[in-house]
Amino acid sequence: MKSSLNTVLAWAIVPVIAATAQAPVPLVLQNYKGVTSERLAKPEDGDWLMIRRTWDGWGYSPLEKITPANVTRLQPAWIFSTGVSSGHESAPLVNNGVMFVSTPGNQVIALDAKTGTLLWRYRRPLAADVVLMHPTSRGVALYGDKVFFASADAVLVALDAKTGKEVWTSKVAVNKDGYYISLAPLVAGGKVMIGTSGGEWGIRGFVAAFDPETGRELWRTFTIPAPGEPGSETWPKGDQWKTGGGPIWVTGNYDPEANLAYWGVGNGGPWIGDQRPGDNLYTASTIAIDVSTGKIKGFHQYHPNDSWDWDEVSPPLLIDYKRQGRTIKGLIDVARDGYLWFLERTDGQINFVEGTPFVKQNVFTRLDPKTGRPDIDPAHKPQTGKTTSFCPSLWGGKNWPPAAFSPKTRMIYIPANENLCATSTGREADYEPGQIYMGAQSSMTVAPGADHIGEVQAWNVDTGKRVWTHSYAESMNWGPVLATAGGLVFSGGTNDRKFHAFDASTGKLLWEFPTNSGILGQPVSFMMDGRQYIAVESGWGVDSRSLQANLNRLFPGKYPEIPEGGAIWVFELK
Amino acid sequence: MPPDNDRLARRDVLRAGLSLGAQLGLGAGLKAQNNRAATRPQKGDLLVKTGDATATPLTPADIRLAGRQVMAWAMDPVDKTVRSGSRLNRILLVRPDPAKLSAATKAQSAEGVIAYSAICTHAGCEVTEWVPDGQKLFCPCHESTFDPADGAKVIDGPATRLLPALPLDVSDGKLIVREPFTSPITFETQ
Repeated sequence: MKSSLNTVLAWAIVPVIAATAQAPVPLVLQNYKGVTSERLAKPEDGDWLMIRRTWDGWGYSPLEKITPANVTRLQPAWIFSTGVSSGHESAPLVNNGVMFVSTPGNQVIALDAKTGTLLWRYRRPLAADVVLMHPTSRGVALYGDKVFFASADAVLVALDAKTGKEVWTSKVAVNKDGYYISLAPLVAGGKVMIGTSGGEWGIRGFVAAFDPETGRELWRTFTIPAPGEPGSETWPKGDQWKTGGGPIWVTGNYDPEANLAYWGVGNGGPWIGDQRPGDNLYTASTIAIDVSTGKIKGFHQYHPNDSWDWDEVSPPLLIDYKRQGRTIKGLIDVARDGYLWFLERTDGQINFVEGTPFVKQNVFTRLDPKTGRPDIDPAHKPQTGKTTSFCPSLWGGKNWPPAAFSPKTRMIYIPANENLCATSTGREADYEPGQIYMGAQSSMTVAPGADHIGEVQAWNVDTGKRVWTHSYAESMNWGPVLATAGGLVFSGGTNDRKFHAFDASTGKLLWEFPTNSGILGQPVSFMMDGRQYIAVESGWGVDSRSLQANLNRLFPGKYPEIPEGGAIWVFELK
Repeated sequence: MPPDNDRLARRDVLRAGLSLGAQLGLGAGLKAQNNRAATRPQKGDLLVKTGDATATPLTPADIRLAGRQVMAWAMDPVDKTVRSGSRLNRILLVRPDPAKLSAATKAQSAEGVIAYSAICTHAGCEVTEWVPDGQKLFCPCHESTFDPADGAKVIDGPATRLLPALPLDVSDGKLIVREPFTSPITFETQ
C-alpha cells in the first residue's frame, strides 16, 4: 500500500517537473491516468488496458454502439504507418485517450487515440547477430505511470508512459543461447511477469516476475523441473531437462481470486519425443503459477511427450460454464493439438472436464475420461529416422492468435485452420548452445478433398457444441478475435488483407475492409467522447508469410505474396 | 542456482575481471582475442567442425559427396582462434554432385567442396537440414530451401535472398578460405 501511495504522489509531482525541465508534454499525456491494480481488475468500459482487455483473456469489449445494424457504416478514422514490416501481432492498448502499441523492430509507439498524432516513439536496436526466429511483438503492458515492453533479445524494459524514455531495463535471459521474446508482459498481483521463446534452441523455459518499480527479479519458475523437483520423474534421461524447451509464447491469464496466473507452455526440445523419453512436464501444458511465490500450484498436460511441435502457445480463457446443471469455474483452452479443452480451475489443481476435436485430428484415439490424457496412435507420432504424417499440422488447429469470448452470446470465437496436415522426418539432434536444436524436417500438406482452410468457429460454452462456422475459401486464418457487447466479432487473419465483422450470434459476415497488408493484430475497441472505435494493426509476416509460401508451393499461383508493411488502423461509424 | 543465472553470473564475473584487467592495462589482449573470434572468416583461415574440441582442420575428404552439410567455423591458421564469437560466422560445407555445379559455384569450390553462410537470410536460423532427394539445403524454422549446386539460390520458402558463399581453396591438403563471404551476413529481422 505504501508503494501505491508513493506512486500517487509521483503522478502528482511529475507534470510540474516535466513542465519546468523538458519540452512541453502534450496535454493528453499531462493528464495521463495512472494504471492501478483496481483499474486492471475492473477497467472503464471505454479503455483497453491489457492485450486481451481483462485478466480472464476474453478479448471482449462491453461497448455496444457499433452493432450488426450499423456496422456497414464503419470507416477509417485514422491510419498510422509504423515504418516497419514483418508480422504486426500487437494489441493497441488505450488508456484515457492515449494509445500504446508495439511493432516488430523492437518499437513502441504512443499515439493520441483520437487523432493518431504521434506522442512518442521508442526504439531499441537489436544486435546484428540476435537470435530471433519470430521478429514480432504481441504487445505491451501498463501499470502505474509505466509501459512495460519485452525487448526481443530477452530484456524487460520499463518506459515512462509520458515520455517514452527508459526508466529501467532488466536482463531476462541470454539471447545468444536462444532465448528471445515476442509476448507482452503480464501485470498482475503488483508484479510484471514474462517468459521467453526459444524452444527450437534447446532453452530451459521459465516464467519470471519483476518488481515494476525497480526491475528487480522477484522469482523465476522453470517450466522444466530440475532433478528432485515435482515432475522431474518425467525426464528420466540424464541432463535432458537442461535443454528441454518449454518456451512461453503468449501472455498468461490471471485469476485474482486465487492469485494464480495461467500460462501455456510450448514444445519440448528437440522436437521428436523418442529422443527425450518420458512425459516431459510441463511441455504442452497449462501451468497455474502462484503470483506471490512463483510456485506451480497446478497443471494440465494436453499430450505427453510432444513430438508434433504442438506448443500450448495460448493460455486458457477463464470462463465459468455450465455442465449437467452445475456451474463450473472453468478454463477453456483452444489447443494447438486440435482439441477444445474444457477444464476446471480451483485454488491450485486443474481438473479435466472434457475435450473434443475442433479440426481434423488423427493422433488421439481416445481421452481418459478422468484425466483427459490422450491415447496416441503410434502411426501418427513422429519418430527419429522416419517420416510420419499427422493432422492437424505442426502449426496446429489454432496457433498463437487468441480466441475471444462473449458473455452475452455465451460463445467462444476461435480462429481455426482446418484441413492442414504435415509430415515430419526426425533425425538425431546434437545440442550446441546458440544453434537450432530441432532434429526435424517438416512440411505442410492439405487433407484430400479439402475445400477450405481458414475458419472462424463459434462454440457455446454451456453446451460444448459448435454453433456456427465461417470458412475462408482461399486463405488460412491468422486473425486474433475481438468480441463486443454490440453483438459483433471482429477479426483479420486472411490473405486478402481484409478486416472482417461477423454477427456474433449467427456468424453472418456483415462488413469487410481491405487494409494495406494482411491483419495479424489483436483488434481492440475503445471509446472517446461518446464514440466507439475499433483499432487493429495490419502487417503480414512471420508464420503467416511462411505458410502462404508453402501453400503456393502446393497450389502454384494460388497463394501469391501478400503486401507487407505495418500500419495501425482505427475505425469509427461515419 | 539455475543454469541461466549461472551463466549470467559467470558473465558478470568475466566482465568484472575484464574491467579490472583494463584498469591494470591487461584488458587489451583479451579484447583483441574476442574481436578475432567474432571477426568474419578471413582469407587463409582453416575450417573446423563445430563442436570439435580438437579443432582439427577439415580436408576435402571430410565432406561426403552428396551428403548432409557439415557445420563449421573458420579458424585463424596462426593463433588457432576459432571464429565462433559470432553466430553470423557459422558456415556450412557441402559437396554436391559435380555434374550439377553451376559454373559460378564451381569457381568458388575447392575439389568440389563449397562453403556457404549457415545463417538463413529469412529469419536468421541455422540451415541445419538436408533434403537428400535433390540435394537441397533446408532451414527447419520456416522451410526455406536452397540449391547448393547453384549458388545457394532460393528454391522455395519465405527467404528471398541466397546464402552468401565463402570461396574456398585447398592448401596442404586442407580446406582454406580463399575470399571472405561474397555478401554481408544479414537476415530480415535487421
